[in-house]
Amino acid sequence: MIQLKVNEADQSFNGDPEMPLLWYLRDVLGLTASKFGCGVGLCGACTVHVNGKATRSCVTAMRDTAGKEVTTIEGLEKDGLHPVQKAWMQINVPQCGYCQVGQIMQASAFLASKKKPTDHEIDDAMSGNICRCGTYQRIRAAIKAAAEEMA
Amino acid sequence: MSAIENVSRRRFLAGGAIATGALVLGVHYYPKLSGGDKLRHGSNADRAILHPSVYLGINPDGTVWIVASRSEMGTTSRTTLPLVVADELDADWKRVKIEQAIGDQRYGDQNTDGSHSIRSYYEVMREAGATARFMLIQAAAQEWGVPAADCQTDLHAVVHRSTNRRAGYGELARAAAKLPVPKKEDLQLKAKSAWRYIGKGDVSYDLEALVTGKAIYGMDARADGMVYASVERPPVLGGKVKSYDDKEALKVAGVRQIVPIDPFQAAPAFQPLGGIAVVADNTWAAFQGRKKLNISWDNGANETYNSDQYKNQLRATSHSPCKVVRNVGDADAVFAKGGAKVHQADYYVPLLAHAAMEPLVALAEFKDGKAMLWAPTQNPQAAQDIVSKELGIAKEDVICNVTLLGGGFGRKSKPDYVAEAAVLSKKTGRPVKVVWTREDDIKFDYYNAVAAMYMKASVGAHGKPTAWLQRSVFPPIPSIFDVNAVYGDPGHLQQGWTDIPYDLPNLRVENGPAKAHVRIGWLRSVANIYHAFAIQCFTDELAHAAGRDPLDYLLDLIGNPRTIDFKGVEYPNYGASMEAYPWETGRLRRVTEMVAEKSGWGKRKHGKGTGVGIAAHRSFLTYVATVVEVEVNDQGEVRIPRVDMALDAGLVVNPEATRAQFEGAAVFGASVVRSGEITASNGAINQSNFQDYPVARINEAPYQTNVYIVENDAPPAGVGEPGVPPFVAALCNAIFAATGKRVRDLPIAKLGLS
Repeated sequence: MIQLKVNEADQSFNGDPEMPLLWYLRDVLGLTASKFGCGVGLCGACTVHVNGKATRSCVTAMRDTAGKEVTTIEGLEKDGLHPVQKAWMQINVPQCGYCQVGQIMQASAFLASKKKPTDHEIDDAMSGNICRCGTYQRIRAAIKAAAEEMA
Repeated sequence: MSAIENVSRRRFLAGGAIATGALVLGVHYYPKLSGGDKLRHGSNADRAILHPSVYLGINPDGTVWIVASRSEMGTTSRTTLPLVVADELDADWKRVKIEQAIGDQRYGDQNTDGSHSIRSYYEVMREAGATARFMLIQAAAQEWGVPAADCQTDLHAVVHRSTNRRAGYGELARAAAKLPVPKKEDLQLKAKSAWRYIGKGDVSYDLEALVTGKAIYGMDARADGMVYASVERPPVLGGKVKSYDDKEALKVAGVRQIVPIDPFQAAPAFQPLGGIAVVADNTWAAFQGRKKLNISWDNGANETYNSDQYKNQLRATSHSPCKVVRNVGDADAVFAKGGAKVHQADYYVPLLAHAAMEPLVALAEFKDGKAMLWAPTQNPQAAQDIVSKELGIAKEDVICNVTLLGGGFGRKSKPDYVAEAAVLSKKTGRPVKVVWTREDDIKFDYYNAVAAMYMKASVGAHGKPTAWLQRSVFPPIPSIFDVNAVYGDPGHLQQGWTDIPYDLPNLRVENGPAKAHVRIGWLRSVANIYHAFAIQCFTDELAHAAGRDPLDYLLDLIGNPRTIDFKGVEYPNYGASMEAYPWETGRLRRVTEMVAEKSGWGKRKHGKGTGVGIAAHRSFLTYVATVVEVEVNDQGEVRIPRVDMALDAGLVVNPEATRAQFEGAAVFGASVVRSGEITASNGAINQSNFQDYPVARINEAPYQTNVYIVENDAPPAGVGEPGVPPFVAALCNAIFAATGKRVRDLPIAKLGLS
């Protein structure tokens, strides 16, 4: 039996401990905001926070989540929108939107520890998250806008 | 056509496919199911009190329902078309609710491809809005006993000008519903000066849902009692299962059932590929079970296909005379005469995969002889067609719900994956969600065709061509419907090939045969990618050979403003009339001059690892010119600091969405140039995921793309695709300017620029 917290709620799991966190969130808990994109940690669409750190849930086995606190975008902000989400709307970042949950989770974890990121630091932090629609220049602009808002 | 009950009047647009004028009195408008006794679920627009069009309904509380009949995959058409309705209706956008249409022929064509949603539905949407506005004005005038001519609409209300009396749309809806639907000729469309939304545009209706994770994609669809399936498909196209052992797979916890799927009957079209499906309690268990299957395959005839050899075959074909698809003057006579300088070049673009961020996925429930689908599809009516064939039921008994699409790029126009889900639901008696892995998505695509282009020009004074020959050879898309199709069809030869826009005295355009060994399909801008690459890079080669500025040379070849005469050429013009959408070289000139000016062409530095390149191209009726700046370091790494794009797409309804599409097209094009390549060995695709089919990441994409939109009242043209082709060519021309190395084979990952 694996005990963990998901969006501050206690959960327990007694299925296959090798099952990636992504499928537990999506198929077992029905939290479908975190997306399946590649299954091998190459695209970032599945990014969630585990103990506050941006983590690829598609390659994180349930056995490694025991005792951890998992936050998905459903639990990112209790009231209203997180500053990163607000910036994403202000800059009108999404096109199809499928990767954007992962982008936002990656960016929000990054900005929690980096107050005034440079272009280079943003590219470094975000280069694991693919957007096939090609919204990258807006992602960069939105991260800067959110950083100012959070400052 | 569908049956209609109690409809006071209906009419069809020219062409007959689109019903726009069914006013329903008290009873709702539904197509009848084939069984005849049960109503199919209609839309909220259908159920509204005032419902003068299948696209629109108004309730007494003032809510306006607008139906989005086209699929949303990121182009914002789900928002932009309803904005047109709302504008003509003079509706308050805040009181508009958009609902997604199911697949239904009463909406006309729903295949969201070819960059034509706005082009084909702009007038239809205006009429829908204007029809309701007309009826609301009539209703108010009757109520007040004044002439309708003395009334007008304000935001969401009708106003009597002299008395300032005012009634909201909601309070007028009931009375308006009792009036006859006006004839198209009686409608008065708003003057441009009165437009509220057209030309101003807006962000996506779904924006907040997209940033909160509340948006529902095909991957997120759920049904009670649903099980999950993953399919092991024949690795070679046309292959079949010889035998299989599922003992180990069935031992995997959560695996419920192993289900074979029949192979397709050639040609493949949109049929499932066949194979062995693992059905399980969750996606992970299905994936794990699949790994434990032991299958022996009969690979069939395509086992001999190797992409390296195939490339040589295409090239060899392109070096001999082929089928002439356009001819001006006598290029051969000029070449035969000799004496002039002759340039020749071979260009090559490999197979490309779509790799939308949402892998293919579909949910189907077959029950009581009817199928309910939930799919991220660009083409719900095609999904109905293939599912009805596969299940042996009537098309009317297939309901296709369209979710949001996590990208499409043309792949999701082909509903083989939806058919798989339906077949599996029938076989298991449960709702089944088929989830493709990324590996499946890349290995079982309908690829953009691999293409070889041979270019030859004889040049005279100022390096200007006196004769021009171009041959392209590629396996054509019609091969998925007809195994014997080997020549390019007019619909794809028009894409930047037969319509080479240069003013040339002697021109011959040819196309050679190529047999397909994989499924070929549409990918964002399709044949324009390889055709524009060859023509626009060869133009740059000729400019440099003549020691001329590439911009001046390009403008010289485009020549004076004129309308291209396609006499003797089969030129479909993207399905649009030549009268409404003539091929005007003046518009191509204009965007070229505009992008040159905006980008500071001529003032930008060249050489020593830095360079700018230019290209111009018309596709999907839109004229685009692009300037790309690159930096190439000593390690051969390419950085793209700046891109400038100028476009003339006629009337642009949503400039914000249009800018986003062109920014995205630059990134899509960067992926094509950098690393886009699918190869095959012994008939099986070699690539599998983003490690061997990389797409551009944030640090590889253009850093800044500036988009300039020409103001033009010409009829609207496409914006989703036209940004890609000239970007690809301009980037390669910029690489030459920076390094002196000519890119003739894509992708550059293999080129070695260091």
